[in-house]
Amino acid sequence: MYINGVEIEDTFAEAFKMRAARLIITAANEKWALTAAQVATGFATSVIACGAEAGIEGAIPANETPDGRPGVSILVFTMGPKGMEDQLMRRVGQCIMTCPTTACFNGLESEEKLKIGGSLRYFGDGFQISKLIEGRRFWRIPVMEGEFLVEESFGIKKAIGGGNFLILGESPQSTLEAAEQAVEAMREVRGVVMPFPGGIVRSGSKTTSQYKFLRASTNTAYCPTIRRQTESALPEGVNSVLEIVIDGLNEWAIREAMRVGIRAACRPGVVRISAGNYGGTLGQYQFHLREIVGAG
Amino acid sequence: MGCISCAGLMKEEELTESAVTLRLREPTTIPIEADSICPDNFANRSRGEIEDLPVFYGRRKMKLGELFEVEGEKSDTIILQGDLRQVKKIGQRMTRGRITVQGDVGMHLGAYMGGGEIVVEGNAGDWAGAHMQGGRIWIRGNAGHLLGAAYRGEKRGVNRGVIVVEGNAGREVGAQMRRGLIVVLGDVGEFAGAKMIAGTILVSGRLGARAGAGMKRGTIVALAEHDELLPTFRYECRYQPVFLRYYLLRLREWGMTVGDEYVNGFYRRYHGDVTALGKGEILIYDQH
Repeated sequence: MYINGVEIEDTFAEAFKMRAARLIITAANEKWALTAAQVATGFATSVIACGAEAGIEGAIPANETPDGRPGVSILVFTMGPKGMEDQLMRRVGQCIMTCPTTACFNGLESEEKLKIGGSLRYFGDGFQISKLIEGRRFWRIPVMEGEFLVEESFGIKKAIGGGNFLILGESPQSTLEAAEQAVEAMREVRGVVMPFPGGIVRSGSKTTSQYKFLRASTNTAYCPTIRRQTESALPEGVNSVLEIVIDGLNEWAIREAMRVGIRAACRPGVVRISAGNYGGTLGQYQFHLREIVGAG
Repeated sequence: MGCISCAGLMKEEELTESAVTLRLREPTTIPIEADSICPDNFANRSRGEIEDLPVFYGRRKMKLGELFEVEGEKSDTIILQGDLRQVKKIGQRMTRGRITVQGDVGMHLGAYMGGGEIVVEGNAGDWAGAHMQGGRIWIRGNAGHLLGAAYRGEKRGVNRGVIVVEGNAGREVGAQMRRGLIVVLGDVGEFAGAKMIAGTILVSGRLGARAGAGMKRGTIVALAEHDELLPTFRYECRYQPVFLRYYLLRLREWGMTVGDEYVNGFYRRYHGDVTALGKGEILIYDQH
């Protein structure tokens, strides 16, 4: 299968069950809402080394946020509820509460909830104030700037992490341009984030290593500089590979993000679109590229 | 006054044909205790069974059907008509459904109610929403004294729920309330939020004297004029409380017109009552 002369490999991305939370961060203006969102989703590329995968889902206009101020929605993914509680405590407490003018609201309705504001409140040293309206409890924590408003509980739900595709290009420039186009298109899809820098990974990994102390190592099959020294998966003419990893709230969101992303990436200078998998033995979900791009 | 103007606070729901309509047969000066007028009691009862429900006419125990004409059956939507100023305890302990009072109503409306909605198109007597546990009371006219307050001798009053009064309310609004929200678009009398334990009282008109006397926690918001605060409240700062934005925007969602100046505005914060725990607050809109 070819799109705009780019080969779509007959393969699939393998993805895993995760837990997700959505945080709505508001602030006095877009600048500070975005600042808090960027910091809160920083160092959250891979759940293995960072504890969470997170990213900015999108901006929310003031008239759609709970407090009528400019907002940003972020998604945080972890392997389970316990890890999520730890990560949200750290990220809300250290990155959002510390950021001037912000407030933080739950953005995911779910039966399964984690007490985050309800634990952060103790930072108020006894001067915190609870507010309950329409079944939602908030905590007003006094801070030097004024007050930090945070919702007591945040819903979490089962989600999917590890959707991906690889862009195999003729040059680093053309590959990066294609990846940027793909990410831009994918950011229009709600319910997904691309947790790596700018949404793009240059150092994809495999799950083995020649070193006993290392669980993962560079994805040698896709490294152009060592293609003659290893069992390479790169066709002739490919000199650079970039990966886009997608975490999403549901299967549909990931499929849609992959669909628009792959289509946007199929442009001059790109040779092939592939995907990372483990032979279908590890992940609970498989996203077959040809089936996805053929849909819609 | 009038900083929140009310333009059709509640959408006038179409009254379903299945509603039970009660019409007081004759105006009376004798108090009627009618805690049986409750959606929970009507939902599964036939007309005859509804007419057989007990009420007290003064000290005489009577049947509901002797005092009210009853139309309809088996519904948790109730419409009340007639001069009901002497009818007490309507909707007491209700947990579901809706009561619409097409006129004035007597004391203890919706006391202890845990859910559902009561709409009064006229005025309500004293103790409306006393010890409310949930649901919503919407009074288009004025409310009497002790709106959403605790009964004498009780330690805690309203615990969840929302009360909105489009007109004025009397003394001791929200006295000893524990949780919940009371909004009065007109003036309130003395001792609003007296001995308040928590919760929120928002007054759009004039806040009466001695507000928050003895309050431990909780919030009283004054959007307009106010009588002199007690000396046991101390000024702390002038700021923009984000939580109040959230509250005011919810009021907008409920159909009230709330000016942007109140949503975005600054408020002077006073904490008190320092003769009690002192963790309550009075927020006063500061237009300067």
